Amino acid sequence: MTRLLEFTLNGRDRTDAVADNILLLDFLREKVGLTGTKTGCDGGECGACTVLIDDKPALSCLTIAATVQGRRVDTIESLGTDGQLSAVQRGFHEKLGSQCGYCTPGFIMASAGLLRKIPNPNEAEIIEALGSNICRCTGYVKIIEAVKYAAALNAQGVAP
Amino acid sequence: MNKIVPAHNIGGYVPMIDGPEKVSGRAKYTADILHPGMLAGRIYRSPYSHGEIVAVDVSEALKVPGVRAIVTGADCDKAFGVLPIARTEYPLARDRVRYRGEPVAAVAAVDDASAREALRRIKLTVRELPAYYTSKAALAPGAVQLHEKKPGNVERDVLFELGSAEQGFAQADLVREGTYNCAEVCQNQMEMHAAVAEYDAVRERMTVHASTQVPYYVHLMLSQILGMEMSRIRVIKPHVGGGFGCRTETLAIELIAALLARNCNGTVRLVTTREETFITHRGRPETDIKLKIGMRKDGRIKAVECECDQRGGAHSGYGVVTILYAGSMLYAIYDLHNVKYTGRRVLTNTPPCGAFRGHGTVDIRFAFESLVDELAAELGLDPFAVRRANLLQAPTFTDNDMMVNSYGLPECMDWVEKESGWARRKGKMPKGHGISKGLGMACSHYISGASKPVNWTGEPHATVKIKLDFDGSIVVLSGAADIGQGSTTILAQTVAEVLGLDLSRVRVVTGDSEVVPKDNGSYSSRVTFMVGNAALDAARNLKSVLVSAAARKLEARPEDIECLGELYRAGAQDKGATFDEVVAEALKDSGTITVTGNYSTTPESHGGKKYRGSAIGGTMGYSYSAQVVEVTVDEETGVVTVDRVWVAHDCGKALNRLTVEGQVQGSVWMGMGQAMSEEAAYHDGLMLTANMLDYRVPTIQDSPPIEVGIVESMDPHGPFGAKEAGEGSLAAFLPALTNAIADAIGIRFNDLPVTPDRVFEAIEKRRLALGKNNGGA
Repeated sequence: MTRLLEFTLNGRDRTDAVADNILLLDFLREKVGLTGTKTGCDGGECGACTVLIDDKPALSCLTIAATVQGRRVDTIESLGTDGQLSAVQRGFHEKLGSQCGYCTPGFIMASAGLLRKIPNPNEAEIIEALGSNICRCTGYVKIIEAVKYAAALNAQGVAP
Repeated sequence: MNKIVPAHNIGGYVPMIDGPEKVSGRAKYTADILHPGMLAGRIYRSPYSHGEIVAVDVSEALKVPGVRAIVTGADCDKAFGVLPIARTEYPLARDRVRYRGEPVAAVAAVDDASAREALRRIKLTVRELPAYYTSKAALAPGAVQLHEKKPGNVERDVLFELGSAEQGFAQADLVREGTYNCAEVCQNQMEMHAAVAEYDAVRERMTVHASTQVPYYVHLMLSQILGMEMSRIRVIKPHVGGGFGCRTETLAIELIAALLARNCNGTVRLVTTREETFITHRGRPETDIKLKIGMRKDGRIKAVECECDQRGGAHSGYGVVTILYAGSMLYAIYDLHNVKYTGRRVLTNTPPCGAFRGHGTVDIRFAFESLVDELAAELGLDPFAVRRANLLQAPTFTDNDMMVNSYGLPECMDWVEKESGWARRKGKMPKGHGISKGLGMACSHYISGASKPVNWTGEPHATVKIKLDFDGSIVVLSGAADIGQGSTTILAQTVAEVLGLDLSRVRVVTGDSEVVPKDNGSYSSRVTFMVGNAALDAARNLKSVLVSAAARKLEARPEDIECLGELYRAGAQDKGATFDEVVAEALKDSGTITVTGNYSTTPESHGGKKYRGSAIGGTMGYSYSAQVVEVTVDEETGVVTVDRVWVAHDCGKALNRLTVEGQVQGSVWMGMGQAMSEEAAYHDGLMLTANMLDYRVPTIQDSPPIEVGIVESMDPHGPFGAKEAGEGSLAAFLPALTNAIADAIGIRFNDLPVTPDRVFEAIEKRRLALGKNNGGA
């Protein structure tokens, strides 16, 4: 069955006809064409598909698209203002929290969710917030540095 | 007036030039390519471990609405494989299936659901054969051969003895032997394998986008498999989400996508599942090692004897090379003589292994550094002192003719010894109440590119082009595959450095065979060294063109021209000409300027002829690494926590300290995964761990701080003195960990991974043994 889905995607209201069983991840990538959100596993293992639903990190691979009715969904493509990188994006870029970049959108969205909730997290809070995201390149050391740096930029007024 | 000075681009912390794309979701990976009307590809895989194919019936599958093409082994009778001497694998199995999960047929359909439905209707009939899941079973007398030309199921055996092991052991004061088992591990890179193949039936051309480290090898194999001229093929490598070696050979994925696309004259996107990515494998083989070392009282190693069996899986892949590396790379880290090596690469009914980061060297280094630690303890010597008693003196050639020109291992050891507080803390770590801490150290090394490429053509090892046109932007064209390691950034830095220009002047174009020069690809840590040298050559050639133009413009002699990047002048008093003016002058001669830079390794780096395959291990420069690992062992649960790692890596010269640190941390951490939790496990040939929950990759919560020291030995042949940074630090983690555990609880683990179960069991066993002894007393 198909139904009409009304929700806010990256700050824009939209209405789409969606199949009852399509995953939010596949809807975003294949139907809307927002391929920044990545598929990294067969479901719920890696965190690469993390998006924000009403500012909270969620795995879009375990979310049926129809369930975001009336809600706000933000993907990696929503970050940054006036063409400039957001604080978290700058952190991952400048501190090398991203190498191959494939897990990066998921890490960045999970980190953005953290900073929206806790603007100045300590290391334990960062580690807890990123505990279900897997990165295979960095060993996580520079990811932690990236989020700390992002929090510092955020404190200076750069949006997370 | 502002003083104009050349910009410096080498040696600092430089964020990757393609970083903004990656952090904004704009970087396109193969699976992100969407074409209207493209078809979804899916692979039907063998549910049998070993059997003769009687029939592949696709008649019912073809009836599924929306199916546009089905291909089977009948559609391609040409085998592929990275080594010209070992091409036994078909894109889709013919005659026989040899492992569970081997591709047998493939479907292209209008959507994924239709493709999956078609897979369900394919019927494979086989006459089952006995299957072997361990090296031992495959080697047993009377075992059925997996491949006709490989008696005894040995893909390749290697035997060499340089010096006399027997005489060496006779000179030793202490001889000890150990047996080691390292589980099979997978790269498990974050991006699953993917290919998009587009067949242009009108022009008879094929374009393939592939998640590969080796676009040129993919090009070669596509031509062979499709029977198409290479000029009709175009290979594009988009952003690639990690490799770690699993993509250093052409995989069936891109070949199958191309076969499907041609079959239906369309565009097919084939994206594998995570489970299929695991089964496609090409990881590090399960390895059994028997090692014997003879040492003098002063720590000097007098003889080494090593036997190594690798469970290679059903096809060779890089296997022949892997088993050779394991032997040859015993050398070039310490001053060894009297070494005997026996290696066997075994064919088994499991997915084919390949070239995992640290190719061939990791498990052997684990065994070696573990046994050295044991010998040191028994002789009452410090682990650092033992290694210092066996250092090489560079420049030198090893007994197996490996050329060592720069050797920063002593400085690496000094750094980790000091930073970890080894001297005051080793042997005095807190113990008690079931919680014990320990310190362990180990060393490792790796090559900066194999000196002899797999496909020897007589061309230079690397070629880079630079284009400069009216707009004054420097465009570097390179086939080097950036898979996240940052090679594109290194090439931009190299060129900018030579020209004295800001990095923002330089753009790098890679990854499209239609545009960029051929490159052998990203493997064996060759890119910084070889492609970096080619970029250096190209940039110098461009500079000389610009200097000549400046001389003309300024009416001076070229040798009097000073290049300050944005300004060229003839002497300090000269007002000079701006870069843009010099470019305009240079263009008058030739229009658009293109220059070429090349690099070739020297023959003396190619290894000798003392045994068959002795070129493997030869390189222009070895990197070196030393590590200290600090652990806490919870004796009640068997849980080992890595508290901190100190690692020093000799990369010759750090062209980019940020990416060197990132590579070294990533290597250490990947070694930690292998050492502590990762294992590909099978039941009757079915991979049980083909997901990221059962295949336990360390999470951020399991991962320690990793402190990196950079040692710069300034290699005489490396670009600006640089050597590799992306692999050499992996191997040392494994033995440094088990050495630390031995320091903490006095139990030595020779089998990997060291899981809590194993630790708990060993502690229990000791407890029971002590209890018995006490009871009997």
